[in-house]
Amino acid sequence: MVDYKALYQEVILDHNKKPRNYGTLAHASHHAVGHNPLCGDHISVALNLDGECIDCIAFQGESCAICKASASMMTATIKGKSRADAEILIQEFLAMATGKLDLDSPNHIGRLAVFAGVCDLPTRVKCAILPWHTLHAAFNSVASTSTEAEDDPIYTPIGNA
Amino acid sequence: MEPFDVERIRADFPILRLKVWGKPLVYLDNAASSQMPQPVIDRLARYQTTQHANINRAVHYLSETATSEYEEARRKLQRFISAREEREVIFTSGTTDGINLVMHGYGRKLIGAGDEIILTTLEHHSNIVPWQMLAEEKGAKIRVVPINDAGELLIGEYEKLFNERTKFVGVMHVSNALGTINPVKHMIAFAHAHGVPVLVDGAQAAPHMMIDVQDLDCDFYAFSGHKLCGPTGIGILYGKAALLETMQPFKGGGDMILSVTFEKTTYNTIPHKFEAGTPPIAAAIGLGAAVDYLSAIGMDAIAAHELDLLNYATEQVNRMPGVRIIGTAGNKAAVLSFTVDGVHPHDVGTLLNQEGVAVRTGHHCAQPVMQRFRVPATSRASFAFYNTLAEVDALIAGIRTMQKVFA
Repeated sequence: MVDYKALYQEVILDHNKKPRNYGTLAHASHHAVGHNPLCGDHISVALNLDGECIDCIAFQGESCAICKASASMMTATIKGKSRADAEILIQEFLAMATGKLDLDSPNHIGRLAVFAGVCDLPTRVKCAILPWHTLHAAFNSVASTSTEAEDDPIYTPIGNA
Repeated sequence: MEPFDVERIRADFPILRLKVWGKPLVYLDNAASSQMPQPVIDRLARYQTTQHANINRAVHYLSETATSEYEEARRKLQRFISAREEREVIFTSGTTDGINLVMHGYGRKLIGAGDEIILTTLEHHSNIVPWQMLAEEKGAKIRVVPINDAGELLIGEYEKLFNERTKFVGVMHVSNALGTINPVKHMIAFAHAHGVPVLVDGAQAAPHMMIDVQDLDCDFYAFSGHKLCGPTGIGILYGKAALLETMQPFKGGGDMILSVTFEKTTYNTIPHKFEAGTPPIAAAIGLGAAVDYLSAIGMDAIAAHELDLLNYATEQVNRMPGVRIIGTAGNKAAVLSFTVDGVHPHDVGTLLNQEGVAVRTGHHCAQPVMQRFRVPATSRASFAFYNTLAEVDALIAGIRTMQKVFA
């Protein structure tokens, strides 16, 4: 059985309380809004690509601690990285959140592994992955995305949902 | 009447002995679905073991037994809501199905372009969306009764909405999101004075108070079985016989006809006209057993115990800094919707679950209510007659723990 408390670790509570890169960008080259219609949560992600490099990124929205901490850590992690590296990380994060990533094999997850426990909570997986869906949508200039949209470019069946 | 013995009642509910995360289950999500007592479980088993066949068809023993038990269940429901006649009780799959039946059977026949349908801000999506579909199809208009900051309907505003185009009123008896008990009897009388029929969504009322459809004088009353200790997939729609007679069937199929040729079909009489196909026979019989069970305890005793729980919980929560109750109507059923400062309802739900406490978090299928209170979602503890004051304490302790975690 998963220990629920493991999910609400210090690092997640800290990012929830003091989210990094929270706000808007004056000059964003890419932008998307993500919704989780099941709970009404929504976040927006804006970023600026300098060539292939993400030179700044910000997020804003109304969400639970899991979603907000995920967005905060996501922005902190990918800032300064290339778009290609960020896309790899998106796929790895989605795989981890749905229990499909072997954390013992080589990966780029690093401290994002604090979200690994979410895969045992089917109703909370969507909270953790919403920022990543939204980031992907932003890269592809999809104006809005949703954890429920079947035509979502990276729609992944989640848990038993 | 014997004094209310909650521990003896709890012994009837095997699921309440469960442990969640090593802690005793504290089930406070009764507005979503209630639990099933052993007598209802036993009744379902007895039906499946000794009485099952399809109804209204064959002449053999089992079919006749199943048919008579199914119709006996209908009479139990008739008595439960004090309907004048048993043919006024239609078995549906639940409240949503009942409302859709009225929308199709009554609305599509009798509501037209420019007509107005009155609903309230408090409505569950199931009493909004069908009417929006109808309004779109017919070019009708939906008018909405506003609420005050306590979550009570503004009855003066309701009365002002009536005009010669008003053709229908849909109102919930008890708010699932806030617990407000609406003054439906007065609203029905007012609508009738304008010649307008009223549908009452009784999903949250029927499990918690005595329902007398003749006293209310409502035209339609719908509720679900699984919220009053019965199985899922069953509910009833009460309708006044004269109205049901004029309505068109919602679903076509077997059982709802008297004769069929390719030239012409003659519909069956009510209630069968509205029960096309093989109904959930076992579930209907189970629901009959559930209302027997509730009636034996007494709906007034149930309401009184639940009010004790609500008052105690409200008092406790009001003393907690950083916790806000959403919905403070003077007349409330045992629903406590709340927000915790700095903690999103989803996190509230997950953290309470870890203490064994089951609450609902989200918009409760009542997004207009959430918008009115400017919150994306709330956490909701909803009590049943088998809950205890100690379980309220477990809820309060869980909220305190979470406030520490998020401090």
